[in-house]
Amino acid sequence: MNPAIRIEGVTKRYGSVQALAGIDLEIAHGEFFGLLGPNGAGKTTLISALAGLVRPDAGRLAVMGHDVISDYRAARQLLGVVPQELVFDPFFTVREALEIQSGYFGIRNNAAWIDEILENLDLTSKADTNMRQLSGGMKRRVLVALALVHRPPVIVLDEPTAGVDVELRQGLWHFVRRLNRDGHTIVLTTHYLEEAESLCGRIAMLKHGSIVALDTTANLLRRLSGHTLRLRLAEGAKLPDFLSARIAGESGNEYTFSLGSCEEIEDILHSLRGSGCRLEDIEVGKPDLEEVFIRVMHEK
Amino acid sequence: MNGFLTLFYKEVLRFWKVGFQTVAAPVLTSLLYLLIFSHVLEKHVQVYEGVTYTSFLVPGLVMMSVLQNAFANSSSSLIQSKVTGNIIFVLLPPISYRQFFTAYVLASIVRGFAVGFGMLLATLWFVDLSWQAPHWIVVFALLGGAIMGALGVIAGIWAEKFDQLAGFQNFIIMPLTFLSGVFYSIHSLPPFWQQVSHFNPIFYMIDGFRYGFFGVSDVSPLLSLGVVTTCFVALTAFTLWLLRVGYKLRT
Ligand SMILES: Nc1ncnc2c1ncn2[C@@H]1O[C@H](COP(=O)(O)OP(=O)(O)OP(=O)(O)O)[C@@H](O)[C@H]1O
Ligand SMILES: [Mg+2]
Repeated sequence: MNPAIRIEGVTKRYGSVQALAGIDLEIAHGEFFGLLGPNGAGKTTLISALAGLVRPDAGRLAVMGHDVISDYRAARQLLGVVPQELVFDPFFTVREALEIQSGYFGIRNNAAWIDEILENLDLTSKADTNMRQLSGGMKRRVLVALALVHRPPVIVLDEPTAGVDVELRQGLWHFVRRLNRDGHTIVLTTHYLEEAESLCGRIAMLKHGSIVALDTTANLLRRLSGHTLRLRLAEGAKLPDFLSARIAGESGNEYTFSLGSCEEIEDILHSLRGSGCRLEDIEVGKPDLEEVFIRVMHEK
Repeated sequence: MNGFLTLFYKEVLRFWKVGFQTVAAPVLTSLLYLLIFSHVLEKHVQVYEGVTYTSFLVPGLVMMSVLQNAFANSSSSLIQSKVTGNIIFVLLPPISYRQFFTAYVLASIVRGFAVGFGMLLATLWFVDLSWQAPHWIVVFALLGGAIMGALGVIAGIWAEKFDQLAGFQNFIIMPLTFLSGVFYSIHSLPPFWQQVSHFNPIFYMIDGFRYGFFGVSDVSPLLSLGVVTTCFVALTAFTLWLLRVGYKLRT
C-alpha cells in the first residue's frame, strides 16, 4: 500500500536561500506527524510543494501514491491543507465560503458535514457572518473548516493554533484527534512544542531546509532528553568535586544534572548527604520536547 | 456541482454582488459618452448612408463596454485574490487549468454581456437601430468578450500590484479600444492611421459587431471573423500554457 505522503529528494531554492535542501520523507496512513523547525526552516515551503502551490526544483512528492504534478487532480482531492497565512474571501459568509469550497471539490449538498465541522470548531453561531467580521482566531478556525469540506484522508495543518485561544485550541485538538482516530493522516506544524509532544506519534525536525531529526516522539524524548535534577545549595555550601564533573548547567549556586535514569537521583542525593552538603531547593524535571528541539537545533 | 461550475458561479456572484459598481456604473459611463458625442457630432458626421451618427455610435459603445468589462472582470478578480492571498482557495482544489481558464473567461463574458445588454436596453427607446444580421452581433460579442476575458486572465496573473494592472489597462487596453473606430469610421482617418488601425484586433471586433446591425462595415465581416478567431485561438493557447506551467501562480 502506498504511504499517505511520499517525498523524495525535494529541493527548492529562492535566490540565495536554499529553502529545501533535499528532503526525503515518508508518512504512513493514520499517522499523527509533527513537522517542527524554527522560523524559515522550510516547513511551509514543503507543505506548499505537497499542495502544488510551489514547484520544487528537483524531487517528487506524492499523496497516497498520486504524484502532485503529473496526477495533480487525484493528489489534491485527497489532501486538505490549512494554510499558515490568515486569508479569506471578503465577499462571502462562513457558510457560503464552505459551500463554494465544497463545490470546488465536486461535492454538492454538503450541508450535513458542513454543520458538523462548524459545530466541532465552535463556529455554528458565526455561520452566516461575513468573513470580514470575524476575529483572527475565528478566521483561523474557518481555514481549518475549509480544509476539511471534502473529508480529505490526508490533512496538513500549518500552524493551525496560532492566535487561537486556549479553550478553542483544546476543542480543535479534540476534533483533529477524532479525525485521526477515524483514519485520517494528520501532519502538523506548530511552534507550541508541548502540543506536538502530546499529539504527534512521530516528528521530523527541519533546519535550513534539511531534516535534522526524524523519529517517534517517544524515541526522541528518550534519546535526546531525560530527567533532570536541579539543586540549589544552601548559602556557603560547596558541591563535592566528584559531582562537579557531572554538571550539565549552573548558575550561581544552582546546578542542573542530566540523568540517564531516575535511579541516579538516589546516588546523587546520597553522595551529597555523605559529604554534608546542605540543600535549599530541589526540583526534578521530566523529559520534554523543548529540550530535544534545542539540542537538535544546536547540534551540527 | 463540479469544480468548474462552482468557480464559474462564484466568479459571476462576485461581480453580481457589487452590481451597482460592476454593471450599472459602466452602463452609465457609456450612456454619458453617447449623450455627449451624439449631441456634439450628430449634425456634422455621417459615416454610412442612411445611418445617423447616434445610431452608428451605439453598437461601438456597446461593444466597447463588453470588451472593457470582460477584461476588468477576470483581471480584477485575479489581482484581488492574489493580493489578499485567497487565490489559494482555487489553487488547492482539483480544478484543472482548462477549467480554471474557462470559468474565468465565461464569467468575464457574462459581465461584458450584462453591461452591453444594459447599455442596449437603455438606448433602445431613443435610438433607432436596425438588426441586419443578428448572428454576427452574437458571434463578435462572444469572441470579443472571450478575448478580453483571456487577456484579463493574463494581466491578472502577471500583475503583482494594482498599479501594474492599471498600467496594463491604461497603456494597452484603453488605447486599443479608443483607437478602434468606436467613435468614427477609420475611413475618415489619414491613410497612415488607417493602416495602423488594421493592426488593432479590436478594430475588427467592433467593425464586425457593427456589421450585424447595419449590414455595412469598413472591412468584410468574414475578414474580421478570421482575424478575431485567430486572436482568440492564439490568446487561448498562450493563456492555457501560462496556467499549465503555473506562471506566477505556482512558483
Ligand atoms: N516566495 C518566496 N520567495 C523568496 N523566499 C521565500 C519564499 N517563500 C519562502 N522563502 C524563504 O524560504 C525559507 C523557508 O521559508 P518557509 O516559509 O518554508 O519557512 P517555515 O519553516 O514555514 O517558517 P515559519 O515557522 O516562520 O512559518 C525562508 O528563508 C524564506 O525566507
Ligand atoms: Mg511556515
